[in-house]
Amino acid sequence: MNTFTIARKELSSYFRSPIAYGVMFFFALIAGYFFYAAVAIFIRQSLQATMMGQSVPMSVDDWVIRSVLSNVAVVGLFMVPMITMRLFAEEKRTGTIELLVTSPLRDMEIIMGKWLAALALYGAMLVLSLINVGVLYMYGKPSWKPLLIGYLGLLLQGGCMLALGAFVSTCTKNQIVAAVAGFGLLLLLWVINWASSLDNGVVSRVLGYLSITDHFENFSKGVMDIKDTVFYLSVIVFGLFLTARSMESMRWRA
Amino acid sequence: MIKVEGLTKRYARNVAVDHISFEVQKGQIVGFLGPNGAGKTTTMRMLTCFMPPTDGTAEVAGYDVIEKPMEVKKRIGYLPESPPVYPEMEVVEYLDFVGRIKGVEKSGLAKRIDDVMETCAIGDVRNKEIGKLSKGYRQRVGLAQAILHNPDVLILDEPTAGLDPHQIIETRDLIKSLAGNHTIILSTHILPEVEQTCEHVIIIAKGRLVATDTVANLTSRLRGSETVAVQVTPSNANADLGQFSQSVQRKLEQVSGVSRVMHKDSRDGKVEFTVESLQGRHIRPELARAIVESGWNLNELHAVGLSLEEIFLQLTATPKEIEAAAAPEVAVVGEQS
Repeated sequence: MNTFTIARKELSSYFRSPIAYGVMFFFALIAGYFFYAAVAIFIRQSLQATMMGQSVPMSVDDWVIRSVLSNVAVVGLFMVPMITMRLFAEEKRTGTIELLVTSPLRDMEIIMGKWLAALALYGAMLVLSLINVGVLYMYGKPSWKPLLIGYLGLLLQGGCMLALGAFVSTCTKNQIVAAVAGFGLLLLLWVINWASSLDNGVVSRVLGYLSITDHFENFSKGVMDIKDTVFYLSVIVFGLFLTARSMESMRWRA
Repeated sequence: MIKVEGLTKRYARNVAVDHISFEVQKGQIVGFLGPNGAGKTTTMRMLTCFMPPTDGTAEVAGYDVIEKPMEVKKRIGYLPESPPVYPEMEVVEYLDFVGRIKGVEKSGLAKRIDDVMETCAIGDVRNKEIGKLSKGYRQRVGLAQAILHNPDVLILDEPTAGLDPHQIIETRDLIKSLAGNHTIILSTHILPEVEQTCEHVIIIAKGRLVATDTVANLTSRLRGSETVAVQVTPSNANADLGQFSQSVQRKLEQVSGVSRVMHKDSRDGKVEFTVESLQGRHIRPELARAIVESGWNLNELHAVGLSLEEIFLQLTATPKEIEAAAAPEVAVVGEQS
């Protein structure tokens, strides 16, 4: 109950600041651009295929949706720090954190409320990109199951990035610092798998496993692998756990 | 209502609060007095369960702050130094949010918000954004937030800081009107505020408890005993000043009612003393007589008024700090002229 009170308050302050609109606008713009590019390539490829006399029908799922989903996943990475930067940093700066912490609320209720609000904004952002998919349905017949799984994957991936971003936001009073540090952390978790292409040792395999984007690979193909789902869920739990610890230590040090 | 024993907060390098113990009875208004950085806010934060103490215990409304923080939080209203308001929210909306997280019954919440807004005189800005309100209004919204769930204990950290004189009076009256139903601790570094609003004073400095008493007792303690400054010259101008000052001191100590004689200065053929009387004794006539009867010249004899301010400074500061504290005032005067 308290969690929802916090989430509602958090969500309403998102939509009262330009942040929510900015994030949604640029996300829709970039996602739309990727969609346009993917469709344009798809059309050219199909034209070429027909001209070459190939009869194999090209799949919209593979050519458009998968590429758009992977790109959108990366755009999300840029949007997340902007969503999470204010979560705790702002409350610490203005002192409203004292109100929350001295109210009969559990730390976890505060954290979950904020995380859910951030996730809701992220979800709203994803919904905007569904407009593109709608266009696809007007002219073609993509199957809806891989699409659903793809979006579920996006949401899970977003949830994990948001949990980590929330943690970073508890570490500072400065929103800009929270955004930059959050972005750095997410970027690191994105490129961390590049090492795995070098060799096949244990270290590179572990690093590859830690990559947030690697685990999205299957989701974008419309495959929901338990391994990836578990990874995302455990990163969410871990991120929220770190947030809780950080909040606790903030009170010891404050 | 509040029981604090050996409360301590240690940081890596310094001790913010050092074994403070005090008790506050139900319905009292207690002034928490101390210079900036004395540990007032830290103590309040420990009472409100914002931060855990390093050592010692604190009990609020019968619940321990470490073992039962949820119960304590339900019974405490807290106004931090800067009111914890969300600038983008409207006043009503903010109070509604606070009511929900404080666990106020939903059915009575709207009514309760109206009542509190009337008490704090913020009804006329109910639909305004808090960020657009003046400092005084914002402070009162902060106060409304603290009393919204009708807590047993109110903890107010410098409730009048940053307000103009008119607003200060209003806020003090508001706080006084809240006493009785609530037990109130308010922190301040302004002395008249304590004299005007509080029944009890707890004075702390550098994290230590310096004094705890009723305002009346503290005032009578300083008015009860007299401090007198005396300046005497010997009848013979060529007399040895050191010897003379010793004999004067001996003489003054023999006067009945004198508790302490302190030698202040001897130069230019004059000796100066500060004499303190016992409780409730007026020693000036006897002092004058003793000096004159000894054949010395009494140049000066006057009572040194020891205000609450001076007691406070004596209790809480080293001489250097007194000078430092006095300096900004001069600067302010300069600005005005």
